[in-house]
Amino acid sequence: MRNAMITGWGKCVPPAVLSNADLETLTDTNDEWITTRTGIKERRISHVEVSDLSAVAAQHALAAAGLTATDLDLILLATCTADRAVPSAATMVQAKIGATNAAAMDVNAACSGFLFALSVADQMIRAGGAQRVLVIGAEKLSFFLDFTNRSTCVLFGDGAGAVVLEASDESGGLLAFELGSDGTAGDLLCITGSGTEGNPMRTLPPGILMEGPDVFRRAVTAMGDASTRVLAKAGLALDEVDLLIPHQANVRIIDATARRLSLDPARVFVNIASYGNTSAATIPIALTEAVEEGRIRPGANIVFAAFGGGFTWAAAVFRWGSRTTPITTSAAQLPPSTATALELLAPNIALHGKGI
Amino acid sequence: MDRATVEAKMTDLLVDELGLDRGKITMGAKFEEDLEVDSLGVVELLMALEDTFGVSIPDEEAESITTVGQAVDVVMEKLAG
Repeated sequence: MRNAMITGWGKCVPPAVLSNADLETLTDTNDEWITTRTGIKERRISHVEVSDLSAVAAQHALAAAGLTATDLDLILLATCTADRAVPSAATMVQAKIGATNAAAMDVNAACSGFLFALSVADQMIRAGGAQRVLVIGAEKLSFFLDFTNRSTCVLFGDGAGAVVLEASDESGGLLAFELGSDGTAGDLLCITGSGTEGNPMRTLPPGILMEGPDVFRRAVTAMGDASTRVLAKAGLALDEVDLLIPHQANVRIIDATARRLSLDPARVFVNIASYGNTSAATIPIALTEAVEEGRIRPGANIVFAAFGGGFTWAAAVFRWGSRTTPITTSAAQLPPSTATALELLAPNIALHGKGI
Repeated sequence: MDRATVEAKMTDLLVDELGLDRGKITMGAKFEEDLEVDSLGVVELLMALEDTFGVSIPDEEAESITTVGQAVDVVMEKLAG
């Protein structure tokens, strides 16, 4: 049986931190309000582009897998905030890391994008169309932050995570997955001013719109129910789940999803306090941290679940392989920057104004 | 199911699911002002009500619920209908 195993993992988060205290100077909010309603304490604001964050995460993932970039035959980059529409951010990453033998493309399924890309990579490998695939989730959502919209401006941040998926005879890998979409409700969670809608003279500024309560209910239902179905498909009982790694959108969505699954909170990975919602990047960043923190043992059954704009949702059961330590490490890092988050966000404030 | 039973179950859900102080829960209590339950909290309660009572409460109806008693009204209506 030809399987696809995760053999490398890595992340890249930019250095500038936007704290809840910083947000108090930008919009009508406070630390207690943000913390109790979202679980977020701080997020990262990038001084570079999505392809730069991705390339660094990719180099860490390649080192962990003991591979060089030329070993890759496919790069899938899940993002909805690519540097440019053309070329894709994936091809920019290909050039930056020197993956000369790899085809590269972006995948946009918003916050569910990483699981969509992971599923495509897995199926490509199982079908024999690829041997070694780099799957990245990366975002620069700070580009769209509007501090006059206090319900969304506190939620989002920047970052990237990556895994290397390799063909293997080892048992395990992606035991089951489910991908879903419902485009009829797309306006409930969307980024305006981000595509070719309208005409070149349009004046609609970029911004993230979200109907919070509606999205909350749909997210909890979709993530919980899809997780239940993939577990059934994989033939696994709930008590065989070692770790749930959910998309980190809001700690209350995570808690409610875990309750819906009747899953012990100790078996749920949560790092939203540090990064906020980085859309397609939350799961690969969380997975990397889970491995590094020793939360994943050899053969562990991991459930991934995500929900995002579109709407899109995804769930997957992945059985980890035998190795939980990196083969080598990489010294790759972003170009240094001393800019503060507030300095980096000056253009957002100039465009939209402040919320206070 | 009679109203007293629904009220008792509602109170249990508010305590167990939303972590509210049982002593503060009255049928006239307003979610936002009196109980500090925000819009997501009301959605969490509605989802718990749906599971507990086997009813379906669409978001449009949810928006008109501002007190504990009104939530009981909606459940009673759904159970009757």
